[in-house]
Amino acid sequence: MTAVWRRRHVLATDDWSRDEIELVLDQTDAMLEVLSRPIRRAPALRGKTVILFFAEASTRTRVSFELAAKALSADVVNVSSSGSSVEKGESLLDTVRTLGALGGDIVVMRHAASGAPYFVARRCSAAVINAGDGWHAHPTQGLLDAYTLRAALGDLAGKRVVIVGDVLHSRVARSDIDTLVPLGARITLSGPPTLMPSAWRCGMSARGTVYEPDLDRALDGADAVITLRLQRERQEAGLLPSLREYARTWGVTQARVARMRLGAPVLHPGPMNEGVEIDPAVAHGSRSLIERQVTNGVAVRMALLYLLSGGHPAEVAA
Amino acid sequence: MIIQGARRIDPAGGIAETAGVRVGAGSERIDGTRLLIVPGFIDLHAHLREPGFEDSETIATGAHAALRGGFTTVCAMPNTEPPVDSPGLVAQLVARGSAARGARVLSIAAITRGRRGRELADLVELAAAGAVAFSDDGAAVDDARLFRSALEYAHVARRPVSEHAQDSALSGRGVMHEGEVSARLGLPGMPAASEEMAVARDLALARETGGRLHLAHLSTAAAIDLVRRAKAEGVRVTAEVTPHHLALTDSWVAGDRAFAWERQRPGLRDDTARTATGAGGMPAGTGAQGEPYDSATKVNPPLRTDADVRACWAGLADGTVDAVATDHAPHASVRKDVEFQEAAFGISGIETALSLLLGGVAAGWGDLDRIVAALTVGPARVLGRALASDDLVVIDPALEWKVTSDELVSRGKNTPLIGRTLRGRVVAAAVGGELRYDALSARGQRGQATAGAR
Repeated sequence: MTAVWRRRHVLATDDWSRDEIELVLDQTDAMLEVLSRPIRRAPALRGKTVILFFAEASTRTRVSFELAAKALSADVVNVSSSGSSVEKGESLLDTVRTLGALGGDIVVMRHAASGAPYFVARRCSAAVINAGDGWHAHPTQGLLDAYTLRAALGDLAGKRVVIVGDVLHSRVARSDIDTLVPLGARITLSGPPTLMPSAWRCGMSARGTVYEPDLDRALDGADAVITLRLQRERQEAGLLPSLREYARTWGVTQARVARMRLGAPVLHPGPMNEGVEIDPAVAHGSRSLIERQVTNGVAVRMALLYLLSGGHPAEVAA
Repeated sequence: MIIQGARRIDPAGGIAETAGVRVGAGSERIDGTRLLIVPGFIDLHAHLREPGFEDSETIATGAHAALRGGFTTVCAMPNTEPPVDSPGLVAQLVARGSAARGARVLSIAAITRGRRGRELADLVELAAAGAVAFSDDGAAVDDARLFRSALEYAHVARRPVSEHAQDSALSGRGVMHEGEVSARLGLPGMPAASEEMAVARDLALARETGGRLHLAHLSTAAAIDLVRRAKAEGVRVTAEVTPHHLALTDSWVAGDRAFAWERQRPGLRDDTARTATGAGGMPAGTGAQGEPYDSATKVNPPLRTDADVRACWAGLADGTVDAVATDHAPHASVRKDVEFQEAAFGISGIETALSLLLGGVAAGWGDLDRIVAALTVGPARVLGRALASDDLVVIDPALEWKVTSDELVSRGKNTPLIGRTLRGRVVAAAVGGELRYDALSARGQRGQATAGAR
């Protein structure tokens, strides 16, 4: 491993090299080892403060980061708020100044506006980890999905991964693409045309993704499928006729899973709408890696917190 | 002062041939061998923000910013608070404009009362009070029947209707051009079709009514093509493009800072250029790089693609596009120093317009004479006015200057060009024979130095 960690922030993986991604995945191995110990704790971040700034509702990701930071002995502060900054009458700029004054070493942030972490990173001295911004990116999800798929499939070079669902509004889809493509995976997107970015639907994709509206064809011979959450408000916005029709046309069912290569895994970032985008039998079946994703998520986040706080790759002090 | 040996570009043929060109009073002789002298520019489209948004701009600061950009006449858009929809306001605005002693300030009045798009403003009376055109700029007039009435009425008032052509249902809550870049950035897009559809509607109504339609800030290849065909048919339509749509693309929202003419690599088609990217999906090798999601790149209509930029230049070249107008949209920092999606639309552009255009000309994308025409006789024709022969502008085409907040006299510092060194700048401007901006004569340079030291 020749890669050196030079990043000050983790805002997106869209400009990450294969080496950098693999460095984090290898570091994740070491963190899973820490998590397997009887006392799941390492002192790497002792004395450091991690601020969890979640301006959009989230339980899973926030808890995952909190566990990760505590497993590394960091002090964790929660700055949660709901609703947009405009509704609250508090500007993001003001919040950034507050975060700066609080003096955290690492700010983990979730925000409804795409690009908000760039805004914060530009104006604040702490390292910023994007825990999801609007439709744009969710880099720790992309990395944990890459980790999970690599653990299941080995080298991802040439592997074909299907991402199905609401790609247009999905930061998970964007980060999965940005993380899996440099590792050599080929991505097929599927789902309703109204939930695809128009440029990616008509072949203009910098990442070389392919759009196949017919999910059965997309899944034929695929190596893995990542199912995206369908927000119910998409139907209200007129982007799809009905949830029932969606479930029939793009729901991941056992019959569809059978079209993939033998043993090909199923991922979902959660929370799931069982019976809409995924059949419960698939979600809880033998192909599902969904619980594994949750465990790996903590380890990936530990790896990033560790690297951002100046830790050396692959040496976690016991 | 008297400028000797300068190159003169005079599309209207009004500058007398003498040994030197007199600009303003005084008898200081200036060696003008590296300078250009042109008629004062007319900006068909600027937001001076007064009344209502004086933290962003005032008529006075806007009129002086205009002068710095070479615009000796500036048309103020009516999307103020209250909107300019009454004869009294028009008169007041024009009076404040002349008191400012910067550029001449003309008033464009609202098409509909309160810019609400429901009922016509008193167009004939507004024209009588001095309104030179009508516009609900900022948004289109969605109701086609009302817009048809506006064109018919404007016909009687002998004024053009300047339309922000955009289908609002289709552009929806978009914040940038819908395309490959918006897909990557996860930002809601405004499809090119929203402009094309609105232009098609407006052209159909102009054809039917014979009313004078002016299309503001065209940004898409398809819309320019529609105008080209309509003009060939004899429809009474004129059109403008902005300097930013001639120089910048949607890749600027992703942090690219290469001008359209710097992005071109010989032998590569558009889509090939898109695929030949660096690790981040950004075009490789262009060098200049800024921050993504910079709200200074958020503008409506949005920055478009390379192909659209080329179409804007082609429209200028063949006369489909009559004028370059700045759509100068200054904003106080509180409206821009926020999340990209929350930020106000607009670029403060009146002081950088000429430099951008000269950049395109230097790269071979356009012709200097044509650019000067599109800044002078073109907009004059749109307004049905003659050029004032004693409005003159002196340009130093080789002067390099760095765009900084302090350097801009506009209150709006919202331009993605901050920090950038541009080439070519206005060094003096005279309005009605009076030298109102002077960074050229000995006295003027001393004045500039003092102003800079403050």
